[in-house]
Amino acid sequence: MSAVPPEAAINVRQLWKYYGDFPALRNIELNIAPGTCLALLGRNGSGKTTLLRIMAGLMRPQKGDVRIFGNDPRHSAARDAIGLLGHGIGVYDELSAEENLRLFARMYGLANPNEVAAQWLKRTALDHVARSLVREFSRGMRQRLAVARAFLHAPKALLLDEPFTALDDRAIALLQSLLAGALKGGATIIMSTHQLREAMELATHVALLNRGKLLFHGERPVEMIQDPTWLYRTYGEG
Amino acid sequence: MREKILYGMGIVAGLWLLRNLYVILLGLPDEALQGAIYRILFFHLPSWFTCFTAYFLAGGASILYLWKKDLKYDTFAVSAVEVGTVFTMVGLVTGMIWARIIWGIWWTWDPRLTWALITYIVYASYLMLRRAVDDPTTRARHSAVLCIFAFASVMITYKAIDWWRTQHPGAVLSFRTGGGTMDPRMESIIYQNWAALMLLTAVLVAIRMRQETMSREIEGMRRFAHAI
Amino acid sequence: MRYLRQTLTIAGKDLRSEIRTKESLNAAVSFAVVILVLFSFAVDPSADQIKEMSGGLLWLVFAFAGALVLNRSFARELGNDCLDALVASPVPSSALFLGKALANFVLLLIVELVALPVFGVLYNMSWARQPLLLAPVLLLATWGMTVIGTIFSALTVNLRLRELMLPMLIYPMMIPVLMAAMRLTTLLVNGEAIPADDQIWFRLLVGFDVIFTSLAVTLVDVVLVG
Repeated sequence: MSAVPPEAAINVRQLWKYYGDFPALRNIELNIAPGTCLALLGRNGSGKTTLLRIMAGLMRPQKGDVRIFGNDPRHSAARDAIGLLGHGIGVYDELSAEENLRLFARMYGLANPNEVAAQWLKRTALDHVARSLVREFSRGMRQRLAVARAFLHAPKALLLDEPFTALDDRAIALLQSLLAGALKGGATIIMSTHQLREAMELATHVALLNRGKLLFHGERPVEMIQDPTWLYRTYGEG
Repeated sequence: MREKILYGMGIVAGLWLLRNLYVILLGLPDEALQGAIYRILFFHLPSWFTCFTAYFLAGGASILYLWKKDLKYDTFAVSAVEVGTVFTMVGLVTGMIWARIIWGIWWTWDPRLTWALITYIVYASYLMLRRAVDDPTTRARHSAVLCIFAFASVMITYKAIDWWRTQHPGAVLSFRTGGGTMDPRMESIIYQNWAALMLLTAVLVAIRMRQETMSREIEGMRRFAHAI
Repeated sequence: MRYLRQTLTIAGKDLRSEIRTKESLNAAVSFAVVILVLFSFAVDPSADQIKEMSGGLLWLVFAFAGALVLNRSFARELGNDCLDALVASPVPSSALFLGKALANFVLLLIVELVALPVFGVLYNMSWARQPLLLAPVLLLATWGMTVIGTIFSALTVNLRLRELMLPMLIYPMMIPVLMAAMRLTTLLVNGEAIPADDQIWFRLLVGFDVIFTSLAVTLVDVVLVG
């Protein structure tokens, strides 16, 4: 086994994931340096979600391995470092906003859950409804709470699955400012997305998946700023 | 070639069973107390041995699957359980026929009968769970866990049943009684029938495994077609 | 220490959600009462017969009503993909399992402690004559049911027909625990001493709990992650 490059935040080596006999990911090799933002592009069914789920430790691959700052994704140090924002908001409807954030702060073993919760409620402009149940929240408020849930333990690696889909303008603005702040603070971000325009504001790197294969991985081509679909056309994805 | 060996083994098993049947029906005398019906024992006991061998191997294969994550172990486990449940059925039905003649009833809540029925239900629920999961990898993982639980629970139930009163005929084979209670000729036929049934089981499991592998391959291709 | 805190955090979260919504608790308690009432039509409630089957009746009620609680255990995580958020958190799968099992254990005990007096009133039984022996039977057998129910709740959470599959899987597995609990409970609620022969059922309960708790704790990570 070759040594993990010490500079890698997330390192993926010869990764294969099968659903039965169907290979969802085929021999993925990725090396993501700290402080970069990778936009993971590809059509539905190309394996973006599967790759993110494996990085987040929600699934195990059949072959190959993933290292999060040198650890297996299921290692508690790796999971402490990961912030996950998936398709669902990942907070409980029957608990209040405050209770939800305190719960996750406790699960992450933070020193003072109450303070952290209060602080994040303020940052996401939910402090006026801290004690209301999430069930009563509007869509945008739920999404902001989900963002707070994903960020509250100051993760060093953020894994976001289609983060801009279904977000309202306010939540998009919040998420982008938080992501920019995290990036400045040295965090690593991986996001799968269809919303090229939003993603290109932050992405330093791009990767293109097609049918489980990695077609392109590298710094964001300069052409993509003017024309976000450039990558798709160049690599024959139409 | 493999196919020929498989069918060859099947034919050998069939002929062997026929020959045993000949000895059982025509070679051996009636039993003193039970008359002709005791002959059902020659199929009843070996069926139970066979199905427990199958369940035991399925449990082992399930552990191997969780360890190695190779779908062939899962394929073996499901094939062994399916063939095992068939022999559980044979064991149950032959037992019921015997009970009808000797005890005059088809079914009694004798603990060992009850246990046999529970075993059947536990492994039937294993097969049911498999039908409810679509992704073959998840299916393999979850059914392996269930298979391990099933074997543990069936063993504990057996122990619990031991503590309940039993009216099932006790041990008859010499290795459990120390010899003397059974004609050695009869005992040898029991073992021979077991061996023949095991051979048959091996053939059935191998055929079932091939079918399971193929259906998984087809499933994979279908997913691939959808992905394009 | 961290492990214990995480376990309790999960248990507390589940209990808080359940106490707030009472989704499964209400259903389980009313279901238990309904079965108890229906049973009065199956046997003559005033006859001595009921004394002999009291343990069996009670544990069937507990098992049927319990399945409603156990079904919700992991199903409650499905709503907003909360299960992903839990599994991705640093809480180990086994702590997650134990936390949820602990919450289910408390909820099942609540159902049992409501059902017992109802049973006592409806069938004219003074069930609490040997509380010091009945308590360990309730605790041990309920933990056994909880462990089986919680791990299979995790196993079936993503299935179609989850509500049907769970009882199919758990009842046959629970048979040894139910057998032991029924036998001991019948003796205890009738105020009889436990004969030496039947002491063995306590051992069965302890053995069952130990074996299946260790199996479940070992295998839960495989169930949740792979």
